Amino acid sequence: MFRRVLRLGLTPGRQNRGLRTRRGGFTLDWDAKVSDVKQKIECMMPGKQWGMPFDTSYLPPTQSDVVIIGGGILGLSVAFWLKKLESRRGAIRVLVVEQDHTFFFSQYSRASSTGPSVGGIWQQFSVPENVQLSRFSINFLRNINEHLAVVDAPLVDLRFSPSGCLLLASEKDAATLESNVNMQRQEGAKVCLMSPEQLRNKFPWINVEGVALASYGMEDEGWFDAWSLFEGLRRKVQSMGVLLYQGEVTRFITSSSQMETTSGEQVVLKRIHKVHVKINKSLEYQPVECSVVINAAGAWSGKVAELAGIGKGLPGTLQGTKLPVEPRKRYVHLWHCPQGPGLETPLVADINGVYFRREGLGSNYLGGCSPTEEEEPDPTNLEVDHDFFQNKVWPHLIQRVPSFKTLKVKSAWAGYYDYNTFDQNGVVGPHPLVVNMYFATGFSGHGLQHSPGIGRAVAEMVLEGEFKTIDMSPFFFNRFYLEEKLQEYRIL
Amino acid sequence: MREFGEMFGIPKFLRLGAREWNGRARGIHGASESATPDRGQKKKTLLQFLSDHFRDVQALREYLLQKQLSKSNWKNRSFANIREKYGPDVTGALFILKHGGAVKFQDKEWIRANERGSFPTEFLNFREVPVEAVDASGCTINYQGMSNLLPLKKLRSLSLERCPHVDDWCLGRLHLLAHSLQELSLAGCPQVSERGLACLHHLQNLRRLDISDLPAVSHPGLTQILVEEMLPHCEVLGTEWAQDLKLEPDRQPQDASSPISP
Repeated sequence: MFRRVLRLGLTPGRQNRGLRTRRGGFTLDWDAKVSDVKQKIECMMPGKQWGMPFDTSYLPPTQSDVVIIGGGILGLSVAFWLKKLESRRGAIRVLVVEQDHTFFFSQYSRASSTGPSVGGIWQQFSVPENVQLSRFSINFLRNINEHLAVVDAPLVDLRFSPSGCLLLASEKDAATLESNVNMQRQEGAKVCLMSPEQLRNKFPWINVEGVALASYGMEDEGWFDAWSLFEGLRRKVQSMGVLLYQGEVTRFITSSSQMETTSGEQVVLKRIHKVHVKINKSLEYQPVECSVVINAAGAWSGKVAELAGIGKGLPGTLQGTKLPVEPRKRYVHLWHCPQGPGLETPLVADINGVYFRREGLGSNYLGGCSPTEEEEPDPTNLEVDHDFFQNKVWPHLIQRVPSFKTLKVKSAWAGYYDYNTFDQNGVVGPHPLVVNMYFATGFSGHGLQHSPGIGRAVAEMVLEGEFKTIDMSPFFFNRFYLEEKLQEYRIL
Repeated sequence: MREFGEMFGIPKFLRLGAREWNGRARGIHGASESATPDRGQKKKTLLQFLSDHFRDVQALREYLLQKQLSKSNWKNRSFANIREKYGPDVTGALFILKHGGAVKFQDKEWIRANERGSFPTEFLNFREVPVEAVDASGCTINYQGMSNLLPLKKLRSLSLERCPHVDDWCLGRLHLLAHSLQELSLAGCPQVSERGLACLHHLQNLRRLDISDLPAVSHPGLTQILVEEMLPHCEVLGTEWAQDLKLEPDRQPQDASSPISP
């Protein structure tokens, strides 16, 4: 008994305290009280929020000038340009809401199990605005460390491969390709046209059967590491004071007013006042008061637009016009072929939409093909259909590059495109009826390479009310209502 | 290889985030900043400490960083008005001499700036004489500055040895010299990697290429073999690849076939 009392009396910590309270000490839980007081003192220190009865620091702020939905490259790029072009430091508060950070990781990371993205950048588009976007973005990417420099952080290494892009065209498309190249040259792109003979001399491994004309980007084209760009943007944007938040937008609180157009038509103008941001894996949500909402949700931007009431009206009217952006699954395969083309291999886009490029030095190549509208795979999961490569991609590859006959597929992965079903081109600028929702979405695969230019255009539209650098008015939402297609000659 | 800070005459503690300009190009490490292994070990300078705690110091350092970059761009501006007056060859020569390099006009002696940066100016009269060779070793030429060199139509030999700002983007522009260029040296350029070397296939007249001592190239031996394959008529100088194999007997072939060779 004596020994037990001695032990209780001498051991420090919990048991000691327990003994004292039983003896009728002055407080029930001394340690808890102390830590409570400590916390309160800590709260009163400068730079801390104090007097909070409940801890809400994990919730997004209650107010933000701009809410960007989607924290992919496009969303971050818009955030970057908004902060860059603001009139003074800290003039606007920007909140980026991203549903799933791991999603982006799996799609673009080279460190993850899925593998590298195609990450191509080229100027060979048929819409002049797309060429201008490419030119602007290439300039941005080249001087990336001027734009995204953060004091004391390592430099962004984009791992850009300036190997060029080679577009092949059949007899049918040759005239289109030629006029496109003329337009691209006028915009300042260094693109050259090649006949089948020239092509054979330059790249002896290509079988020129069926090729009538090829266009080859000599300068500033190739591929880069999307993950580095994403990381650099994220770091810069955070250093500029943008809040990145993981959550889901579940609801928009809007007000509407009846208006009459000059032609006497009745329209309902909507304005978003609050965005409900739901915490992941919880029912808790925070209404965020905002003046501008930017829809950069990529493949899911159609759903976000629906939440804001876009497309809920009679079909054929402006109110009933949906945002035609939906997720589409695309496969990328990585294969090994020791007999394959050498170091000079560019990003080749074949007549039938099959593309491939070199990856690294060890005779590895990656490529794929966009499936036709009827063969569109189910976009609910990201499983890879290996038969697709066997049946649809490989035969075309062998036909173009005979040495690919011996290739061995090493890995494959799938990702989502923000596919615009209307004309496979992007949507930029405000919605005509929901006046403070801006779009930066639907680029159907070239959003990655154009992200710096698109971000700037959207930021200019928000801050200045007009496009200053590149006139992106052909990309307005109105074209879905007016049914004016802005079609590209070919998409990868 | 000079350090970035020294190049601009900036004292050591003011060197702002630029210490990775040279040395092996590093990828972005992981998602979190703390994951970078070498960050914690770096000695914190006073300014670094202050900028962590005070916004103003941080803003000042950001401003200084931007100043550094714009200074480099100013040095590499395009001499458009001089080109109009004197033609492309004199402009290119003037640009190189101002950066401390050397030029050789056809059938003339090498012109080189002395230690104080001054150089004879009689070449301004060589309007009809083309520039034959350029030695830009150690110059701070970047992508913009290259546009002063590219109109040299008769340039046969170009040396970009140890140029700290020559990167893969610059190599992508060299195809404009494809008709004349016979000798090219990229030895010791810290930012040139195998990705940039891949686009030298445009230079079909190249007879001699020096790609030795490139720290950003991941597999020097393999790269050299592939470049030799790509340019069959060209003598490629590089690190002795057999030595490379001896150093890492089992790693080399594995790395070469890994799907994500950096």
